[in-house]
Amino acid sequence: MSRNNPNKDSQTPDAKKSISLPVSRVRLIMKSSPDVSSINQDALFLTTKATELFVQHLALSSFNNGSGKDSNTLEYSDLAKTTEENETFHFLTDILPKKILARDYLKTLEQMQEEEEEADL
Amino acid sequence: MAERPEDLNLPNAVITRIIKEALPDGVNVSKEARRAISQAASVFVLYATSCANNFAMKAKRKTLNAGDVLAAMEEMEFERFMEPLREALEVYKKDQKGKKEVSEQKRKDKEKKVDSENDKSREDDEADEEEQQQCMEEEPEEEVEN
Repeated sequence: MSRNNPNKDSQTPDAKKSISLPVSRVRLIMKSSPDVSSINQDALFLTTKATELFVQHLALSSFNNGSGKDSNTLEYSDLAKTTEENETFHFLTDILPKKILARDYLKTLEQMQEEEEEADL
Repeated sequence: MAERPEDLNLPNAVITRIIKEALPDGVNVSKEARRAISQAASVFVLYATSCANNFAMKAKRKTLNAGDVLAAMEEMEFERFMEPLREALEVYKKDQKGKKEVSEQKRKDKEKKVDSENDKSREDDEADEEEQQQCMEEEPEEEVEN
């Protein structure tokens, strides 16, 4: 915050900075919400910090809960799985949908049709 | 307001760094997974903002404050974040207070100079101080000029 001000004596070194995401961007996202009129400094700081905690939590839960623990990888499917299984991440299901193969989808569709036809008979 | 849709994304480099720091060393995070986490973070901000705003509106306040954000975390069942958030806020406030004292001292020095010329400038300074509390990024601006 004191980037424009070389005279400031109380400058904190970057290493000690407690948040790394840009608050200006977080504020922009917050303000894009239609009902929000103003946000005080503390609320902005807390939301930024909370977002960082959230990113860590989502990444770590998905890794621990996922299939890539042995191969040391984190894949999209691990995230989708965690989102589906963990109650607190349910608000993400729209943007983290579980991916299925087209051929599996078509198979299910076929099965459904067959069942319908059987029911009609 | 955001001009372009990409303004609502968080910077990928920072998100990637936060992910790396959270995971054990040497974990490879796919590009798709990084993108998804970044989008999830944006959605998290919006969800938290909307929850916090409900608390502010219930209390008939127009400005979101720290209590609203903490209440939102509880409502969203992210209680696990509340303690670290309180601690971080404590440190942040202390830091801000230190900075404020420095800038207040500077303002006083400035006032002494300007005082004899124009009485009105002090009122302006007081108005500025109120604005500063609303908007953190504007704080250092006026000191830069002298």
